[in-house]
Amino acid sequence: MSNPVPPPYATNMTARRLALSPAVARYFVPLLLLPLGACNWVVMSPAGDVALQQRDLILVSTLLMLLIILPVMAMTVWFAWRYREKAKAKDYDPDWDHSTSLELLIWAAPLLIIIALGAITWTSTHLLDPYRPIERLDHERKVDPTAKRLQVEVVALDWKWLFIYPELGIATVNELAAPIDQPIEFKITSSTLMNSFFIPAIAGQIYAMPGMQTVLHAVANKPGNYEGFSANYSGAGFSNMRFRFHAMDQRGFDQWVAKVKATGTPLDRATYVKLEQPSEKVPPKYFASVEPRLFHAALNMCAQPGKRCMDDVMMTDMHGGGGKESAHDTQGLRHDGTIDVGGFHPVEPGKKGEIAQPSGMTPAADRTPAAQGNEAPGQKDADGHMGNHMGGHHGH
Amino acid sequence: MSPHPASENSGIWKLIFGRLDWSAIPFHEPILIGTFLAVIVGGIAILGLITKYRLWGMLWRDWFTTVDHKRIGIMYMILGLIMFVRGFADAIMMRLQQAMAFNGSEGYLNAHHYDQIFTAHGVIMIFFVAMPMITGIMNYMVPLQIGARDVSFPFLNNFSFWMTTAGAVITMMSLFVGEFARTGWLAYPPLSGIAYSPGVGVDYYIWGLQVAGVGTLLSGVNLIATIVKMRAPGMTMMKLPIFVWTSLLSNVLIVAAFPVLTAVLALLSLDRYVGTAFFTNDMGGNPMMYVNLIWIWGHPEVYILILPLFGVFSEVTSTFSSKRLFGYSSMVYATVVIAILSYLVWLHHFFTMGSGASVNSFFGITTMVISIPTGAKLFNWLFTMYRGRIRFELPMMWTVAFMLTFVLGGMTGVLLAVPPADFVLHNSLFLIAHFHNVIIGGVLFGLFAAINYWWPKAFGFKLDKTWGVRSFWLWVVGFWVAFMPLYILGLMGVTRRMRVFDDPSLQIWFQIAALGAFMIAGGIACMFIQFAVSIINRDKLRDTTGDPWDGRTLEWSTSSPPPDYNFAFTPVIHDGDAWADMKKRGYQRPTSGYRPIHMPSNTGTGVILGGLSVAFAVGMIWYIWWLAGLSFVGILAVTIGHTFNYKRDFHIPQDVVERTESERTRQLAMQG
Repeated sequence: MSNPVPPPYATNMTARRLALSPAVARYFVPLLLLPLGACNWVVMSPAGDVALQQRDLILVSTLLMLLIILPVMAMTVWFAWRYREKAKAKDYDPDWDHSTSLELLIWAAPLLIIIALGAITWTSTHLLDPYRPIERLDHERKVDPTAKRLQVEVVALDWKWLFIYPELGIATVNELAAPIDQPIEFKITSSTLMNSFFIPAIAGQIYAMPGMQTVLHAVANKPGNYEGFSANYSGAGFSNMRFRFHAMDQRGFDQWVAKVKATGTPLDRATYVKLEQPSEKVPPKYFASVEPRLFHAALNMCAQPGKRCMDDVMMTDMHGGGGKESAHDTQGLRHDGTIDVGGFHPVEPGKKGEIAQPSGMTPAADRTPAAQGNEAPGQKDADGHMGNHMGGHHGH
Repeated sequence: MSPHPASENSGIWKLIFGRLDWSAIPFHEPILIGTFLAVIVGGIAILGLITKYRLWGMLWRDWFTTVDHKRIGIMYMILGLIMFVRGFADAIMMRLQQAMAFNGSEGYLNAHHYDQIFTAHGVIMIFFVAMPMITGIMNYMVPLQIGARDVSFPFLNNFSFWMTTAGAVITMMSLFVGEFARTGWLAYPPLSGIAYSPGVGVDYYIWGLQVAGVGTLLSGVNLIATIVKMRAPGMTMMKLPIFVWTSLLSNVLIVAAFPVLTAVLALLSLDRYVGTAFFTNDMGGNPMMYVNLIWIWGHPEVYILILPLFGVFSEVTSTFSSKRLFGYSSMVYATVVIAILSYLVWLHHFFTMGSGASVNSFFGITTMVISIPTGAKLFNWLFTMYRGRIRFELPMMWTVAFMLTFVLGGMTGVLLAVPPADFVLHNSLFLIAHFHNVIIGGVLFGLFAAINYWWPKAFGFKLDKTWGVRSFWLWVVGFWVAFMPLYILGLMGVTRRMRVFDDPSLQIWFQIAALGAFMIAGGIACMFIQFAVSIINRDKLRDTTGDPWDGRTLEWSTSSPPPDYNFAFTPVIHDGDAWADMKKRGYQRPTSGYRPIHMPSNTGTGVILGGLSVAFAVGMIWYIWWLAGLSFVGILAVTIGHTFNYKRDFHIPQDVVERTESERTRQLAMQG
């Protein structure tokens, strides 16, 4: 149940136990298992408290609405049968078209349901607001208000996920881990396109948008290996923009962190800029160290050399702008067009499991603000441009 | 940032053809080339047949240039049906891809092709199937139901149709020349911006919708004016047939909402063509603004589609229950409330973009509130059936199927309106199942009810019931088989627009859904067979009374098909169910005293303007600036020229009216 992908032998085992012929087993047992497969419905049986409350909300709302839906469906069938022409119902009344009490009822009944549902909506939307730090681990345990939340910075790249653990100084691609029963605070942004960060097992989704930061609070309660993905279409490589989320006990998590530190390489801006280029089906990658404020640079679209950070620009604007001469110097503000998503050629059908080579490593000739900067993207020059970005201004 | 790929090496080619070259023809896509060849062969065959039977003159005089609302209505329906075949082909291709792409298989569609297919499916089904079909039905029926001889602006009506068709032509062109957008049907930036979609796909999308949008908006203006100004004497607003009421509100929504779409697409074009930064990530642009704006159009749009069909269901329920509509005024107010509320809910399409809890709750609750008037409508249909004598002809069967299907779609819709629930269901296949549940179960079933109901009025013979029933069952069962698995997959956390899948346990559900899609394909086939069989057997199915269903509204008081002038004498209305009231009071059709009837003349201007608009769009899409400039000047010239056309009306002579009406008298007498 904790694993959304059932082990491949499950079907065969069941079949053997039922002593069915192989053909029957192959074709019918999966069908028999369909209703039993309910534990595979991750939205209906999540492993985190937030998603669990969202599940309960779905169930309660559905039940509330069925109070009116079922009678309506029953009445439809009943009236259609009872008043069919052949039945020659005795109470046929072609001019009966009004009844004040009935009209009151048919407006009041849905109104009452919606009042109840509206109240539930108001409270639950506030309580389950993704920006609100969670207050309970599950329906019994409260969160200790003094305890620290695990911080994870998420960057949606084309087409993979970068997770930065700022406090632990590590980062990963397409693999996320967290201890169970530990509140997590995700800060989320995207490099170029709108994506949606979604791990159905622990909490609802929130969009990952370039130049913007969204927040999600969640907790995992059961150890397991869960699926995470982008839930908003973002171009050619979208289907394979998936990652695994490992919920583990504290010791397991510590071991995982140690493993990342031991086997990972450093993540500096130059590496990030390379990573930012489109690629598909990227296997998990570990980074043992992360350049400080890398998430800030990704969020403010200034990770590439020669770019001005958005917060810096906004600060300048707030103080009256950069003067007339700044109108001619817009290269440092350009971000769109530095990552060539449109020219990406994905995997052709028929070729199994091949990782496509992005053709777009060099931006198109007419859209090359990055190439006109200090360095071509991908060149290693961490010291040189870092000072610029941290200082917030630079000249070229 | 210049959007024009600079290449000086072929200056003259660029000057003449812009960015169009041989690489625009998708030679590497066997599916497209096959389709292209089939279309060419089919097209030549049709053109050849038209030439052989010398039909061009008839087509031009009686159809292309017509300003008769009835003929234009039929042309809208034909356009909608043709585009429906295309949109459904896209649907089947998606279902097959998703049923195949498991266990490392990439399926049979690459991302470039697949992403165009789901975009085109959405765009075509909404803009070029649902919209033309509801416009067609409204065009045909509204003037007849209010006792008018045509719409307020007959030329505008013809022009609107050709602009809609021009938009469809532009969209279809992208299949064989270049590509369509790979952005999803609403083309959210930044993906639809020039930096991330540098090709022609998004430009095809923009110009297809902009050109068609002109038609939609003008037809909205036209129908509002018609309903407000051209009602027969005695037909006060509260005596309007309910279908006219829902059409009125749908057109009010069109006039209020479509300019927003035009504006937002214009801003996107500025971003793409001249390098502004409305919706870019950088330079102070804001993609979320696009999402807000497009849904301020997009949400009313779904009510634009469903409201007229609510009217159809009301008419059908009342007619086939042989009973007055229950709660007429409550129906009218419910429709008005829905129309107003449809403007207060747009944010529910993006609860997950980070709005605060209070904003999300507000829009969640306004969304739920819409279910109250909608629920009231459903009860009104129920109580119309109550104490009735229900004849289960095809229109009534579609209506009952609608009632049973639509409530489920309504329920899942309210569920999605609860923001925390939406956080887990947003963009999932649960959402896909929900809106197909309301659009197929509401709009499409409503259109089928309308087609079966009003076909005899338009053509003078009923549709074959056997094939209609086959189509009905394949559609209804096929719908449930195709979309229930999608609800389940949504609860399994499967998101939309996926091309390949990881988890093999999902495959069985996609296979069931594909089976459902093939059942629906059978339903569509049966529908076309139904049309063919009915046309072949038209003499057996002939209705000479003009009132085959014992109808209640004015369209049934005239002959089938109605004469060009609809009514020889403008009827006088005393009751909401005008025709039922006239029949009850023993109405005698006048057989003398005819006068010449003033009618609008045909004009070719609409066809010419539509054609020039296609040329303009091609110029803009492919950066062929001389063509765009020239055709734009042409559009202005033809438009101004048309204002000097003083031969815009004529009188049908008295003896023609007399002849037509005595023929009808003779036919009615034969009925006995």
